Amino acid sequence: MNRARKLACGVVLAVCAMSLAANWLAPAGYAKQFREAPSAPPSRQHLLGTDEVGRDRFARILYGTRISLLLAPAAALVSTVLAALVGGLAGYLGGIWLRLARGFTDLFLSLPWLFLLITVRALLPLNVSPLVSVLITFLILGLLGWAASARVLSTSADALRNSDFVLQARASGLHGARLFLVHVLPNLKPILYAQFWISIPVFILSEANLGILGLGVAEPLPSWGSLLRELEGMISFREEPWRLVPLLLLVVVMTSFQTLLSNEEVTA
Amino acid sequence: MSITMTGRRACLRLLLCCALFFLALTSGAAFSQSGGELRFCLGSEPKTFDPLLVDDDASLSIRYLTGGVLVRVNRHTQELEPELAESWQVAKDGKQITFKLRHDVLFSDGSPFTAEDVAFTMQRLMDPALHSSTGDAFRSSSGAISTKIIAADQISIIFPTPLAGLDRLFDQVAIMSAHSPRKEMAVLGPFMVAEHKAGSSLLLRRNPNYWKKDAHGQRLPYLDSILLDVQSNRDVEMLRFKRGELDLINILDSEYFDRLAATSPKLTHDAGASLDSDFIWFNQVASAPIPEYKRAWFRDTNFRRAISQAINRDDLSRVVFNGHAQPAVGPVSPANKFWFNSKLKAEPYRPDAAQQRLQADGFHLQNGTLYDKSGHAVEFSIVTNAGSKPRERMAVMVQEDLGKLGIKVNVVTLDFPSLIERISQKFNYEAAILGFRNVDLDPNGQMNIWLSSAEDHAWNPQQKSPETAWEAEIDRLMREQASTADPKKRKESFDRVQEIVAEQAPFIYLVNQNALSAVSSAVAGANPGILHPQTFWNAERLTLNPTTRASR
Repeated sequence: MNRARKLACGVVLAVCAMSLAANWLAPAGYAKQFREAPSAPPSRQHLLGTDEVGRDRFARILYGTRISLLLAPAAALVSTVLAALVGGLAGYLGGIWLRLARGFTDLFLSLPWLFLLITVRALLPLNVSPLVSVLITFLILGLLGWAASARVLSTSADALRNSDFVLQARASGLHGARLFLVHVLPNLKPILYAQFWISIPVFILSEANLGILGLGVAEPLPSWGSLLRELEGMISFREEPWRLVPLLLLVVVMTSFQTLLSNEEVTA
Repeated sequence: MSITMTGRRACLRLLLCCALFFLALTSGAAFSQSGGELRFCLGSEPKTFDPLLVDDDASLSIRYLTGGVLVRVNRHTQELEPELAESWQVAKDGKQITFKLRHDVLFSDGSPFTAEDVAFTMQRLMDPALHSSTGDAFRSSSGAISTKIIAADQISIIFPTPLAGLDRLFDQVAIMSAHSPRKEMAVLGPFMVAEHKAGSSLLLRRNPNYWKKDAHGQRLPYLDSILLDVQSNRDVEMLRFKRGELDLINILDSEYFDRLAATSPKLTHDAGASLDSDFIWFNQVASAPIPEYKRAWFRDTNFRRAISQAINRDDLSRVVFNGHAQPAVGPVSPANKFWFNSKLKAEPYRPDAAQQRLQADGFHLQNGTLYDKSGHAVEFSIVTNAGSKPRERMAVMVQEDLGKLGIKVNVVTLDFPSLIERISQKFNYEAAILGFRNVDLDPNGQMNIWLSSAEDHAWNPQQKSPETAWEAEIDRLMREQASTADPKKRKESFDRVQEIVAEQAPFIYLVNQNALSAVSSAVAGANPGILHPQTFWNAERLTLNPTTRASR
């Protein structure tokens, strides 16, 4: 394990540990409003200051990290599995299946999801607890986010289908699911990993945007997405640099994950 | 000899220069301050240039800058002042108003202004096929409105029933030309539309025929033009103002106001409580798809009053609006000098009293959760429009306040069209936080809210007959005040309406936001107020400093 990987591993472990220990580390609950100190700068009592209604930002980052680090990868996993099924299989089968899958993927990508999500919100009940709202949000993201990855995977699987080693495997008598699972899927692994890691920050930001449709994480529950919404309307970062901490955390965690991933690939 | 002649010529030249300089001085300072282009933003594209069809903020601003009206409410004193009408008289029975018009007034295209134009405007305004919301204010009964031209400069407008506050309604009626081929583009206001780039900008140029003159006899407006950029993003608007690309911000939110005030306090203006109010209401519609036990809570006056008492309005004003708001009293802001019922006070924060009130109604607290007498946990959702940070923050604070009573509140933010559909068509919601932007001082402007049959009677609209005794009483009082011309009687009726609203709390009023605006140091003559348009209500008298004028 090289130094960069060790560092990345340490960062990821530290962030996970801190978010799991939020109950002990946070100076207050994520919903507790210190109304005498709204939008306060960092202090001994509030390490990263408070938000606009006086909630401790450090506490909200710890609890928000727990939610986003658990649910964004879960949603990414759902979408990557769907992409592998649709794109990988279509590419492997080729012919009419590939054309059908590509057509369906293109259609799926061209749908006006924003308007469809508004309809989804209209169908959901209003009295949903914050925890259920966050689960619904990430489930929707997982179910809708597979199409772009599926397109990439179908192209790669199509190329693999005609490669020498797959032809050799076929000639050796390997067919169907076994050929797909033993020879094609392992070779798609780097692309699957990449699509998985790319999806995580995309889903975190999408969750923040879904808030405007009433589909995001409901108040007072924090998430990285809702914490990033605090940056809306920031004119100067110099005045309140501590408000950038959620963004910084997102970048650091994603970079650490990527570093870990790239090293795994090299090792593989 | 030649020296003498040269000396005489020099003397003459000197005298001529002095005379010219003296003339320039005596012609008034106004000459030196004329010209230049004022720049500010409209929040959206104006939907219409037809002054009788105005229904949105952007079109309202254009109408204010281009339209000529018979009388104008002074945005500073709130008093009615003569404009195109030199004088006017309302008949004792309140059914007729007679205007004496100004002479020698021309439309921007040069066509003369006469009583015929007023008659044409009124006939068009009252045409049912036009569906003019400005015209709705004049419709108190089903009878037709007639006009009688007494002379070229005198006209009477006759209504089928007495109309309260009749003269003030004409502040919103921009007179159109009866004969000009340019139709609504021929205007009587200080500016006229010169160029329109759809979705981008609007250029207004000085109306060369504008009738008004300043104290020195100089024809107004001082400015050459006004450039209005269509910009919905407040962040961009603020950045451009800071860079000096814009001269005014008509409405600022408290966050931006404080940021700007921190660096340039002289540019910010807090005119005090505005007419706008934010409030919560509960869905009381009989056919609404909500559980029956919840409808029973929402229809219970004690429940609504308890919720009202459990909300800390001082905290809302201080935390959400950084102190640039006042706890709201009722349907009329204290800024409305005449109509505000000064006997009423904002509901103080009394969670103990709220608890007692709920207990008296059979609610009880168990393990930190409030239950009604049938054993249902008290939980409801509050919807508000996504993107409105102040309302989202108010909802979160109300959630915390009510949590102390054991009430679980789920905050839901929805896009505006979905929200409007839920609250006005499907009635599929439990409680909502929204606000009213009042542009009219007169209570007649609120008829569409208080009459139980009205569409905007938000908590239970379009009732065939009033479902409660207090709503029947409000109906009676609102009709009574609308049918008398006596201001004292009208005030008594509307004071009582405000008292009933405070007793019954169909709307739980939260705050009146302050009117916050910003005016660049390049602009002189601005006197921001609380009434729309806050910063440019005296646009014809605004001037720009020489450096800015030269740069534009």
